[in-house]
Amino acid sequence: MTGTTTEFIMNILVIVFLITGTFFVISASIGVIRFPDVYTRLHASTKAATLGISGIMIGAFIFLYVEHQIVSGKLILGIIFILLTAPVSAHMIGRAAHSIGIKPWSQDGNTKDEYADTLKEK
Amino acid sequence: MNELINTIAIVCMIVVTISIALLLFRVIKGPTNPDRAVALDAIGVNLMGMAGLSAILLVTTRLNDVILLIGILLFVGTVGLAKYLEKGVIIDRDDD
Repeated sequence: MTGTTTEFIMNILVIVFLITGTFFVISASIGVIRFPDVYTRLHASTKAATLGISGIMIGAFIFLYVEHQIVSGKLILGIIFILLTAPVSAHMIGRAAHSIGIKPWSQDGNTKDEYADTLKEK
Repeated sequence: MNELINTIAIVCMIVVTISIALLLFRVIKGPTNPDRAVALDAIGVNLMGMAGLSAILLVTTRLNDVILLIGILLFVGTVGLAKYLEKGVIIDRDDD
């Protein structure tokens, strides 16, 4: 009885994690489509896609543990790797976009670009 | 219960496929080159999710190496692309 109850709760957890992760993944890609600028697109892609992929990986981890009794460390390692490397790559793309001269988007056209001012002072 | 999880995984794969299609639109259309780099990065992250959902559907553990490999190649590729966009060279030499 307790075994089936635990299995039921684990399966519900798998379903909840999968649906949450997929929702964040599709919202990240809608953000990449809809936002007006490179920097805002980086914001959408990095944060939301990282959260969504963490949800899917945790769901797969729990599913493999319930189904095979295998604690797969590689999935957890993948989550940690994505959490470490997504901000680094986003920072590098943002710096490259700024250095080849893409202005930050604004509705009225007079955004204050403090990073450019700092680079000019140096 | 397993049929329900299989159905949910198939629906999630369809949604991730739609997300990859939207990002592919941004890769093709994107006004500047950093837009394309951002969309390619997000496509790689979605491919990792696709491999995880395949591991659920096939009830196997052999796709975990594939997930790690996609993540590492994605990071190296994005850093190389960003350095190329910034300076035009990827590997610096000190002989000038």
